[in-house]
Amino acid sequence: MLTTSPAFKDNAHRALGDPVLQRALALLKTGFHERRQRAVDRLPEFDALRDAAKAIKDHTLAHLDWYLERFEVNCRAAGGQVHWCRTPEEARQTVLALCRRFNARTATKGKTMIAEEIGLNEFLEENGVEPVETDLGEYIIQLRHEAPSHIIAPAIHLTRTEVAETFRAAHTDLDPARPLDEPRALVAEARARLRQRFLDADVGITGANFLIAETGSSVIVTNEGNGDLTQLLPKAHIVLASLEKVVPTAEDLAVILRVLARSATGQDMSVYTTVSTGPKRPSDLDGPGEYHVVLLDNGRSELLGSEFQEILRCIRCGACMNNCPVYGAIGGHAYGWVYPGPMGAVLTPALIGIEHAGHLPNASTFCGKCESVCTMHIPLPKLMRHWREREYERKLSPRTMRAGLKLWAFLAKRPALYHALTGFAAKLLAALGRRHGSFYNLPLAGGWTATREMPAPQGKTFREQWRERQHNAGTAR
Amino acid sequence: MSARDDILGTVRRSLKRGGLTAEQEAPLLARLARPQAGPIPARSAGRDRRGLVELFDSQACEVHATVARVASLADVPAAIGDYLARQNLPAEMTAAPDKLLDGIPWDRRPLLRLKRGKPDPADAVGLSAAFAGIAETGTLMLISGAHSPSTLNFLPDTHVVVLPAARLVGPLEEAWKRLRAATGAMKLAGAAMPRTVNFITGPSRSADIELTLQLGAHGPRRLHIVVVEDDAVA
Repeated sequence: MLTTSPAFKDNAHRALGDPVLQRALALLKTGFHERRQRAVDRLPEFDALRDAAKAIKDHTLAHLDWYLERFEVNCRAAGGQVHWCRTPEEARQTVLALCRRFNARTATKGKTMIAEEIGLNEFLEENGVEPVETDLGEYIIQLRHEAPSHIIAPAIHLTRTEVAETFRAAHTDLDPARPLDEPRALVAEARARLRQRFLDADVGITGANFLIAETGSSVIVTNEGNGDLTQLLPKAHIVLASLEKVVPTAEDLAVILRVLARSATGQDMSVYTTVSTGPKRPSDLDGPGEYHVVLLDNGRSELLGSEFQEILRCIRCGACMNNCPVYGAIGGHAYGWVYPGPMGAVLTPALIGIEHAGHLPNASTFCGKCESVCTMHIPLPKLMRHWREREYERKLSPRTMRAGLKLWAFLAKRPALYHALTGFAAKLLAALGRRHGSFYNLPLAGGWTATREMPAPQGKTFREQWRERQHNAGTAR
Repeated sequence: MSARDDILGTVRRSLKRGGLTAEQEAPLLARLARPQAGPIPARSAGRDRRGLVELFDSQACEVHATVARVASLADVPAAIGDYLARQNLPAEMTAAPDKLLDGIPWDRRPLLRLKRGKPDPADAVGLSAAFAGIAETGTLMLISGAHSPSTLNFLPDTHVVVLPAARLVGPLEEAWKRLRAATGAMKLAGAAMPRTVNFITGPSRSADIELTLQLGAHGPRRLHIVVVEDDAVA
């Protein structure tokens, strides 16, 4: 997928001024945060499970080579094949070669973020294989030639009106006057449309929420059932997975499943959790004749052992973006690549380079909400800060910002001077702003005052109040 | 160097070590040989069979499945016949060629027609037997095999599943334990693992349009579970 991450600021400006997008994003609160919170409140063991889930991932990452080898051995023992791919290019070529072996004209696809990461759809199209997205959200955005704007709700940036327009434009053989006002009608139309595509597909491509080392299986977690029809009906099932998806055992999977759906959609369990192992057995009545796992690295092996290792625990539940004020204001497309929101702000620079994605880790107020809801306790603000440090070290950040930081550092290392200057500035601003209580423009703060007022300081500075408090506490004792 | 060796080499370099020694490997092998359960929610703990049925019933209904409880296998045809009639569905089902289902006296409901085998795309109602039911979340566990085609769980618009109460467990871990026991070796590796294990919690749904819940996205719109409470049915 091409990146527009370098244009993040322009993307964000456009997103803030887009009324349709803003209406769609307003649903995040009831649709995601509140549902997650209710599901968590209903399970007293949630925190214990979260700690256990984190420990499982940490253990697996510390022995990742060993567990990947076990996965490979057991996958082969069940008749499956594993294809190791270092780069997106190797993964694309591997998938295409498999499609060609089955003379595939169409490939149905369950939801897979790895396919987005390697730009699989465009590549297959260029090479004569038609990819058919079957997840409802993915199907909608494929018709619109758009990228997903959320990792679990790819069409969340659209309202029902846009979806209806898209279907009318794409399904031209149907009655143009048919009613499509209700989501129910839209879902029914997509279902009817895709049924035949499932039956006609030559290969089926899915992602993997997990790989199980013990059994050599891949696991998908869905609500629609599209991933199942995708893998059961064609001649071959191709699984796209990245290295860090592996967990040791079926019991470990049980622990992580309990926190995944609750964090993602607020369900106790997603509707379909499917564990797939090898191709169909000789006596089976259905299932794919071949089973291939494309195992993608794309820089993840380099993240291990680095200050960014913890992002490899991510299970893509989406809680960080669902609860992020920045994501909630600009949506996923503004981030400019596959993974949006806080986890994307950490992962994207690692996968496409900080020189292309430097804005992302800077687009955060560090409010800490993402870390507090993260299923895997990933310290997302800390990891974003590491990227800011790298950016600074490599002199990639703007010169004014670097000069400002240097000035701030100079003052911060001289507390008396810092205190005197900030105290003076606060008093000056308070005096100047007394009449309105806020400023409509301020030198050096145009970015702030262009869209909102800057409140004038009132009363004492934080340091003055802190000193008084310490003093009072001392005398009270 | 092959991509495989290259990737594994980078992983080891990043972890600042070589391949694991036999000594380092031993605890990992033990972890795989005897999988340990993590924290298990108290929700389903300490329940007898009746208690598990209650919990399963309420959890399954919460996710928009419907549940009928019958005393014995002999009551199943009437329960299913009535359900199909209530939903205005044809009295015609495609059934998994399963031993439990074959043991049901279908002639008690002569109008109910059964076809055995995997479904055709146009079939309206599918009938399966569950390998296990997980009370904790109202989840069905179905496994593929010569007696149970997995497409039956997804192609027909309506999915009817027979679940003997004796196959109910509390948490997911117990369901894995049953599958391990069924393989004979407690090991789920290789061909001992069925090709497809489906955990199904309610009928198919999507919230991809305006985060509004719609049932029947690609899989069944209706999931009807018939729990057979007779302890002798296993």
